[in-house]
Amino acid sequence: MSCLKIYLGYAAGVGKTYRMLEEARALRDRGVDIVIGYFEPHGRKETIAKTEGLEVIPRRLLAYGGTQFEEMDTEAILRRKPAVAVVDEFAHTNIPGSERTKRWQDVRVLLEGGIDVLTTMNVQHLESLNDQVWHVTGVRVRETVPDWVIDEADEVVFVDLTPRALRNRLERGVVYPADKARRAMENFFTEGNLGALREMAMRHTAHEVEEKLTVPANRREERLLVCLTGRPTSANLIRRAKRVADYLQAGCLAVHVAADPGSREAAERHLTFARNLRIETHVLEGTDIAFAVTEFARAKAVTQIFMGRSAPPPWWKPFAETVVQQIVRQAQDMQVTIVAERRR
Amino acid sequence: MRTIDDRPDPEELLRRVQADETREKRGRLKVFLGYASRVGKSFRMFDEGRRRKERGQDVVVATVQGAVTADIQEILSRLEVAPTLPDGAIDLPALFRRHPSVCLIDGLAHENPPGSRNRERWQDVKELLDRGISVITAVNLQHIREKQDEVERITSKRAAHSVPQAFLAEAEEIEVVDAPPEALIGRVTQGSMPDPRILAELRELALLLAADVVDLQLREYVDAHGIAARWGTQERILVCLTPRSSAADMLRSGHRNALRFHGALLAAYVEQPGLRAEDEARLESHLALARELGAEVHCLKGEDFVESILHFAHDQRISQVFLGHSGRGASFGFKRNPVDRLIDAAEDFDIRLFPHGDGA
Repeated sequence: MSCLKIYLGYAAGVGKTYRMLEEARALRDRGVDIVIGYFEPHGRKETIAKTEGLEVIPRRLLAYGGTQFEEMDTEAILRRKPAVAVVDEFAHTNIPGSERTKRWQDVRVLLEGGIDVLTTMNVQHLESLNDQVWHVTGVRVRETVPDWVIDEADEVVFVDLTPRALRNRLERGVVYPADKARRAMENFFTEGNLGALREMAMRHTAHEVEEKLTVPANRREERLLVCLTGRPTSANLIRRAKRVADYLQAGCLAVHVAADPGSREAAERHLTFARNLRIETHVLEGTDIAFAVTEFARAKAVTQIFMGRSAPPPWWKPFAETVVQQIVRQAQDMQVTIVAERRR
Repeated sequence: MRTIDDRPDPEELLRRVQADETREKRGRLKVFLGYASRVGKSFRMFDEGRRRKERGQDVVVATVQGAVTADIQEILSRLEVAPTLPDGAIDLPALFRRHPSVCLIDGLAHENPPGSRNRERWQDVKELLDRGISVITAVNLQHIREKQDEVERITSKRAAHSVPQAFLAEAEEIEVVDAPPEALIGRVTQGSMPDPRILAELRELALLLAADVVDLQLREYVDAHGIAARWGTQERILVCLTPRSSAADMLRSGHRNALRFHGALLAAYVEQPGLRAEDEARLESHLALARELGAEVHCLKGEDFVESILHFAHDQRISQVFLGHSGRGASFGFKRNPVDRLIDAAEDFDIRLFPHGDGA
């Protein structure tokens, strides 16, 4: 199987692409057949200089909405079949009409084609950190990569630069043009944001290193069950449960109890989201949600149920038990975790 | 044990202002942290010196450690290298006279020969900083004093010299040099091949150490700028202890979770007057277990259990609260069950309920 190596940074401008290209040059000097599959220059001179003398596979032109866009030409790379391909910006979303939606999916095609890949991404693109990044920075990152894709990488390397040095680079206009740099420093690239993102990237890289060290036999003594509803907070619930499951090396299942067809429909996108994160999903039918969930959890040997806070009872039944209260009462043989919504 | 108070008192503020003033005059310290030899931290340090010199800063190399590779040699030829004393120690008086703006110091953990002005090189660095000279230096994980036991457990070796971790935390900037083991193996030309597993464990340890330092600096920054504390990046678990809760379950689980997340474990109980002797004894044994498992134990004062926990959890940036419950059901009438009240009020932390306890 081919080898995937990810250069992980915490913001634009820390030097991921530069480090990746340095490695590419070192490999070429050792006689490895290496090509640049995709490179995003961002007008950075020092980085562009590093591509000199490396073979570049031309990008593919695609028209969308009357404008020409350039994307990586995955098929051309496959035909060229180098030993190693350099692919910048792993989290990139392709223009509609491309064969695959995401660049990481293109990379998987290259890997399956027997080509090793070096790539770059920032920590904020990790699916499991999406809520945390939003909470810290106020930015909801749209381009995300499921964690399992990164878990499957053979190597994750953390590319570090101190926030002070990064802000200096912004000031000197190395990263962005002057006006864009100024706006960036006032908004996303504040010292507080950069520090928090950097810490996340360090901890996540440590987690990836540990993940690769753990013997699979030691895993799965715990099993988590996520209760999904049609409510928008379900996405936060799924990410949080998956993150906890990954760290505890626990199994993770998701269930939705469809009391009526409408509820099933509303929950469908959350079920799809869960499956994209490689969570096994189940749909049960019934009107007694708490009973159905608890029975299912017992049958599946679940140790911990994850759920969101229940809506308050209706005004005409102010003292009625909520679903959370019912499950807590019925599932006396399990732990129940009520996940916070973590608003900003 | 301590109780909480979230507002800094005037003396604390004065201390901060004074600390800021001292810091203004002090040189800045930047540390490159590597997880093993030959990951390239010295190269990164000297390369930064070269770039700073090209940008017009007055840079002097104070020490060069061990065998010098060709690429480092090339950089050194473009920099001013200050002579050391004949015994290899830094010539501090000469450097004070020369007074560059930045000093490059390789081998931070070096021990000076007997009779030197300072016993250890990091103390020399402190003096340079105090004189307003900035220092860029490089150090290996195995030389961080507080990490030496763990490193020894992994490698079965212990470095003779070390630098206190507190010195690292004082650095304005710490940068991790995280070359993956494969690249490192390629670079080793002599001696035995390092075991990839050992290198991976060291790598993890170095990343977590750096994350802890960054976390500390982030908190200082947040405090100094009066920014409201946000959901932290580290998992912090709070186990709520009551005399009747299933404390052993919660504490063991909390301990294991904190380990897996490389997070913090805290345990708290809310002071209740007039506890029966047997409850008092139970609580004491819970607290003893908490301490045994390495939890930070806090006694909270307050009239109301829920309010005390909420306030404390917010103050301590808690991400998960572990709570026992009796499962005796919902609230009746207007007197709501504390577990339900906590669930309703919890905005930034998850609540994990453990059955068979007596709740609050």
